[in-house]
Amino acid sequence: MPTIYIDDKSYDVPEGDNVLEACLSAGIDLPYFCWHPEMGSIGACRQCALVQFRDADDEHGRVVMGCMTPVSEGARFSMNGMKASEFRKNIVESLMLNHPHDCPVCAEGGECHLQDMTVMVGHRNRRYRGKKNTHNNQYLGPLINHEMNRCISCYRCTRFYNDYAGGTDLSAQGAHDHVYFGRQQDGNLESEFAGNLVEVCPTGVFTDKPLVNDYTRKWDLQSAPSICTGCALGCNTSPGERYGKLKRIHNRFNNEVNGYFLCDRGRYGGAYVNDENRAKFAGLRADDGRYNAIESQLATDTLAGWCVNTDRIAAIGSPRASIETNYLLRRVVGGKNFNSGIGDHEASLVKQISSIMQIDSVNTPSLRQVESADAVLVLGEDVTNTAPRLALSLRQSVRNLAKKMASDMRIAHWQDEAVRVLAQDCLSPLYIISMAESRLDDVAKRSITMSATDIARFGFAIAAELDSSLDSIAGFEPAHTQLIKSIASDLSSANRPLIVSGTGCQDQAVIKAAAAINRALNNSNGMLSYCLNEANTLGASLMQDGSEASLKELCERASKGQIDTLLIAENDLFRRAPHQQIETLFNNINNLVVLDCIDTETLAQSALALPSSSFAESEGTLVSSEARAQRFYPVYQPAEQRQSSWRWLTQLGQSIGLESFEKFTEFDNVTASCADDFAVLAGIVEASLHGDYRYRGMKIARQTHRNSGRTAMRANISVHEPQQAIDNDTPLSYSMEGVNGKQSSALTPFVWAPGWNSNQSVHKFQAETGGALKGGTPGKRLFESSSASSAESDRDKIPVVEIPGPFEAQQGHWRLLPLYRIFGSDELSARSPAINELTAAAFVEISVDDAETLELLDGDGVLLSLPDTKVCFEVIINPSIANGCLGYSVGLPGAPWIAPRSSVTIKKNHAWSNTNRDNKPAKIVIEPGVSNV
Amino acid sequence: MNQSTKKDNSQANARIISSILTAPELAEIDHEISHAPYRSAVAIDALKIVQKHHRWVSDESLTGLADYLDMSTAELEGIATFYSLIYRKPVGEKVISLCDSVTCWIKGYAQLEKHISRQLGVGLGETTADNRYTFLPAPCLGACDRAPVMMVGEETHLDLTPDKINQILETPILKSPAPKNPVPKSPISKSDGGQPE
Amino acid sequence: MISKLPLTQNINAARDPVNLETYEANHGYQAARKAVLEMSPADCLQVVQDSGLRGRGGAGFPTGMKWSFVPMNTDAQGNHVSDGHKYLICNADEMEPGTFKDRLLMECDPHQLIEGMILSAWTIQADVAYIFIRHEYHLASKLLQEAIDACYAKGYLGKNIFASGFNLELYVHSSAGRYICGEETALISSLEGKRANPRAKPPFPQISGLWGRPTIVNNVETLCNITHIIRNGADWYKTLGIGQDHGTKLFGVSGRVKNPGCWELPMGTTIRELIEQHAGGMQDGYKLRGFLPGGASTDFLVEEHLDLAMDYDVIGKAGSRLGTGTMIILDDKTCPVGMTKNLVEFFAQESCGFCTPCRDGLPWSAQVLDDIESGNGIPADLNTLQNQVRFIGAIGNTHCALAPGAMEPLASAMKYFADDFKAHIDGKACPYSTESKAALASAGVN
Ligand SMILES: Cc1cc2nc3c(=O)[nH]c(=O)nc-3n(C[C@H](O)[C@H](O)[C@H](O)COP(=O)(O)O)c2cc1C
Ligand code: SF4
Ligand code: FES
Repeated sequence: MPTIYIDDKSYDVPEGDNVLEACLSAGIDLPYFCWHPEMGSIGACRQCALVQFRDADDEHGRVVMGCMTPVSEGARFSMNGMKASEFRKNIVESLMLNHPHDCPVCAEGGECHLQDMTVMVGHRNRRYRGKKNTHNNQYLGPLINHEMNRCISCYRCTRFYNDYAGGTDLSAQGAHDHVYFGRQQDGNLESEFAGNLVEVCPTGVFTDKPLVNDYTRKWDLQSAPSICTGCALGCNTSPGERYGKLKRIHNRFNNEVNGYFLCDRGRYGGAYVNDENRAKFAGLRADDGRYNAIESQLATDTLAGWCVNTDRIAAIGSPRASIETNYLLRRVVGGKNFNSGIGDHEASLVKQISSIMQIDSVNTPSLRQVESADAVLVLGEDVTNTAPRLALSLRQSVRNLAKKMASDMRIAHWQDEAVRVLAQDCLSPLYIISMAESRLDDVAKRSITMSATDIARFGFAIAAELDSSLDSIAGFEPAHTQLIKSIASDLSSANRPLIVSGTGCQDQAVIKAAAAINRALNNSNGMLSYCLNEANTLGASLMQDGSEASLKELCERASKGQIDTLLIAENDLFRRAPHQQIETLFNNINNLVVLDCIDTETLAQSALALPSSSFAESEGTLVSSEARAQRFYPVYQPAEQRQSSWRWLTQLGQSIGLESFEKFTEFDNVTASCADDFAVLAGIVEASLHGDYRYRGMKIARQTHRNSGRTAMRANISVHEPQQAIDNDTPLSYSMEGVNGKQSSALTPFVWAPGWNSNQSVHKFQAETGGALKGGTPGKRLFESSSASSAESDRDKIPVVEIPGPFEAQQGHWRLLPLYRIFGSDELSARSPAINELTAAAFVEISVDDAETLELLDGDGVLLSLPDTKVCFEVIINPSIANGCLGYSVGLPGAPWIAPRSSVTIKKNHAWSNTNRDNKPAKIVIEPGVSNV
Repeated sequence: MNQSTKKDNSQANARIISSILTAPELAEIDHEISHAPYRSAVAIDALKIVQKHHRWVSDESLTGLADYLDMSTAELEGIATFYSLIYRKPVGEKVISLCDSVTCWIKGYAQLEKHISRQLGVGLGETTADNRYTFLPAPCLGACDRAPVMMVGEETHLDLTPDKINQILETPILKSPAPKNPVPKSPISKSDGGQPE
Repeated sequence: MISKLPLTQNINAARDPVNLETYEANHGYQAARKAVLEMSPADCLQVVQDSGLRGRGGAGFPTGMKWSFVPMNTDAQGNHVSDGHKYLICNADEMEPGTFKDRLLMECDPHQLIEGMILSAWTIQADVAYIFIRHEYHLASKLLQEAIDACYAKGYLGKNIFASGFNLELYVHSSAGRYICGEETALISSLEGKRANPRAKPPFPQISGLWGRPTIVNNVETLCNITHIIRNGADWYKTLGIGQDHGTKLFGVSGRVKNPGCWELPMGTTIRELIEQHAGGMQDGYKLRGFLPGGASTDFLVEEHLDLAMDYDVIGKAGSRLGTGTMIILDDKTCPVGMTKNLVEFFAQESCGFCTPCRDGLPWSAQVLDDIESGNGIPADLNTLQNQVRFIGAIGNTHCALAPGAMEPLASAMKYFADDFKAHIDGKACPYSTESKAALASAGVN
């Protein structure tokens, strides 16, 4: 640890840092703009200036940029001296020359890094008498608002968008004081990570469009620590609410998970909770099919009445519901009457994955660890569309070669441009074997596409190449044999090889092949990462002891008339099994009870509909695909009769007098009980702190201390301030009173620090700037690999390998390949208006040859004959799809659930036109006094 | 098994592009590419080649060129708009570049600027109605010993006086054929201060 | 008899440019042949280091020292082994206002430059070289290309040159405009086909330059000097200068002198000799008020400095820079404020837009100067300008040297012509414009 001197005080600073990082870590407020802890330094804004002295006798010194100056033993700086502080003041003055004085109407106002720095340097008086430069703004799509006049040309946007996230449609244009940051022409920003511009831009050039359109200042937002429900990665978020509406979602820093960035599904996908159609009241279906709103108590009583005969009830949980909800549901009906709700085929895949993850020698990496991989193989997963944030991490991993080259030349890693210049296009190897081309192909050493079956075969061949004790697999064309060799060689020569796979192919063999390669590598630093679909897929899967019923079994029991009442929590079964099967199931049941926070087709069939609160209005534990248990907290009070599913279930359990349910009125007791019952879930109690956690006796404030108060919204009803809601379950309070900043790291609702109103204040929460949070990384990993255990003994635990034969195209039949889209494939986020605008209609993709045979053109319609139904899809010709295969969009509006690995016949649909589709989901309306369809 | 390997869409692109970029242009660009480490490295040369043939770089050319060079239109736009001698707006048959730097300024730039404006009927940054000239200021042209200086097209004219300018501007200019499909005025200027840059 | 003025020995304005035949008849390419066949790169480097040659692009950095930073891989026998490309770039961007020397060298004797480049490439073992030339130099580009073609035909360039086993490809790259392209790292960005933003140093281009490889950028005139240094040796070269620095230099004078032009003269020639003898003194009716000794980005000097020698350190001590050695004269009928404004406007317009002080500070300075010049200045403006000089003017305050260069004429103008600034503000007009002179006269101000 070198010692440096700043204004004659000595500081021990981390080796290898630059002086700016070191200052911030030491708690010194050195202003900056263009530097970013994840993106390094370029020295453009010149804001982080200090004066450096040659030695103790040097009285003049020279101006240096903190972010461009490495720390070195004994180096002397002045930060407060006139020369340095005047310089920094001048920088802000220069930046303000052309900056509009529109803070009062600027969406960044109140959390603006430029405002903060302006105050920090003390710039007040305007000396410039000239005109301000002005620019045209562009339409950048439904997510991002563009206001170029506010630009201070820090180059952060293009550096994030292009250099970090691999986007191509944003650029710096023009020169001198006419530099312009935008697209070539108006249009949607194409990167899946564009939303991060909102947080990366230090001013109000790129702002959150849905927020701008329904605006609230940061200081008036009420926030709570939350977890993204967009996919299974468990990115940490900080949603902000006002007037009962979720206004926006910001990134919540977690060093091991999402770091500083979210994907756009996560950032913009939460707005579904504001949907007007979400039920607010419990509804009982009348004979005419309409719903009558009923009191909560009546709802519980009715439900209790239906559940008295515990032998004849069953329940289906959900991979998008919390651990606690699933647990209580299971407790109500008992294990053998319970189904996890994952869908039978997917459940078997997830089970396979979770058992592989629990093998001692298997390292499941966090996203941060993914970034450290120096050779990566993606086997069958379209990461950008199934686990988007992981794609961003993989994109960083390929830069490890560049970093290594830089280290060899003694160039610091934060010297961003120097590292890029030195490395040019040298990238660490990333191989992608997938069903269709992917958004990471641009940084892949090789990417090839093939059918799911062949992907598995290819994977096993790589394993065999690595481990001579395995049977080698013949029958590959020479180019592929060569590729298999090079992949094997790159992986085996890597220090930290990573295999990425998942449920994307919906294929057991692919999952096993990935494990086989990891095993064959026999590298204790090797990593294996599986992508799963939903926020709690892993958690729901782990909460099983083998007694549970499959969906198929439940259907059979129902058809035999063995089930009176079926309880479904937060699950639309039509997305899990063939339509016909679910219809029949519901017909065979007397009382279908559905708890949900969105209105689904399943909810619309219920006899009793119970409005549950969404992630934004309740607490719960989710287990991410990394097996990290993390807690989310209510951001605001649910409206009307909405309450957490776990609460509805607690009330039910108490009504029917189930054992220990009286203590489940406290959330922590539910979690603890679940942890007791399932050893594998023991860690969930450590996901966050107990509800009675206090910091020096104080709860944590969800509102900023500048909150303007919340009375105005009710002024037309009463001018008296309503009492603050009391939160008995969590350490957070619905108030601006309480601690902010000193709380445990898992409980940070929003970041703010004195002088740092913008999200840049996050460094005040970090132990070391850019590093982990003070108090450690939130969440608890449920299984840690122990490298100590002998890899040999693991061998038996590796699933039995049945190597599939090569895929052969069958005349007249097409093998379906599941394709995912970041916007639309996920049930929840697809319902948020901004995401919906970007969602494509259901489609199929077909190879060029096959399209030719069938005389299909892009945009034509084809009719797919599925076992139980026929559906029409729009055709996209995609040269990367294997002949004899048909890629189909999963989860997009208009697409039914399709059995994995099916073969179908297809026919051109001449009558089809892509303008007359109606893909609106079913809607039910439950309002007191108004019963409706 | 099908396989899509890393991008080599240049072949496919070539078909589309040839409708925008002509064979001679492509040949010149290909020559530049032949000794560059990657296609987009010749972006500036390629822009100059296109401009040599069309006098300016239209949106269509920009898009076509970006495809041909395996780069994004936005990136190429960033490059095109950086350099002062790439024109993203149409210019006349000849560009008059009148040096406005220090020695020429001392030696009477201001009067000459007024003089040329009067002769042509257009101000700096503008194109004459007959589309023969676009009148632009230029940074030092490296002939300060013979100031004031201007360039008309590729030719440098030294020791300028109003009379001399009259002579130069009256010399008939070789009319190059007008572009077949006159391209619309580019909407490119996203910032104010709208000279072709 | 070896010429005392080697750079221009073949140049005769009345003649056509030197072609390969004539060039060879005057010992052309003998040095190149000798070096690649008989001298090791280390030998050549030693000669250049011994010669004391300082870069002629403006900064005057010792060329031999710059080259010595290029990593050289040698085997046990001391032979150079290649681990990838190295590049040599000739900086022929010449866009600094007032500078017109490189053009002359390229238009009149292209082979001298090419031979210098072969020698330099050999010394640093570069296998690819570029001449980065500004777009407007059409004639020079054409002549260089013809000369290069002739060399390829003779085997002086390309594979296995002079049958030595050494390969060198040489390309002419013509720029698309922008003064910043002359800054060596911006030049490299531009050559890579990118926006010409300068790069942070370290790492220096010698280590990681064009496409991340070791790269040397030298000015046209510097490279031309190499030809003669290797041909005639370091000792000979040292006899050429008459002051502290060695060799000769192309000096130029522009502005209101009788005979503006460019001459090769020994380093250390006095300013007075340049202006009075070679440039013929001031035009009739004009008096000398000051001059920028080495192009637009150097500080004004005034009459008292006329007897200084044109040497890097001498001019440096006087508070300016030798720069490119091409001088711009300010006469007594030209407004110093107007001239400074013209200079600062140039730099503001040519800023790459990367770093704040330059991108926003220069236009602001230009705006203030415009206010003063047009009679709208206020006394506080002088403080603003002084502040800008402090804020932008030091190397290190900005990302590259463009902006500090822009502040040199401003800082010195405010020092030497303070009265003029004050007169503009007090009189609310430019005293040099004919109208305002009349107005001031009638108001009783002189
Ligand atoms: C803004 C700026 C513009 C420059 N323009 C030129 C130029 O046009 N020609 C040149 O030779 N050097 C120019 N230089 C200097 C180069 O950066 C570099 O120092 C020079 O080419 C090195 O050559 P030398 O060592 O032979 O002098 C410029 C420097 C700056 C900061
Ligand atoms: S000083 Fe800064 S803005 Fe100016 S040219 Fe250099 S890098 Fe660009
Ligand atoms: S943060 Fe250091 S120069 Fe911008």
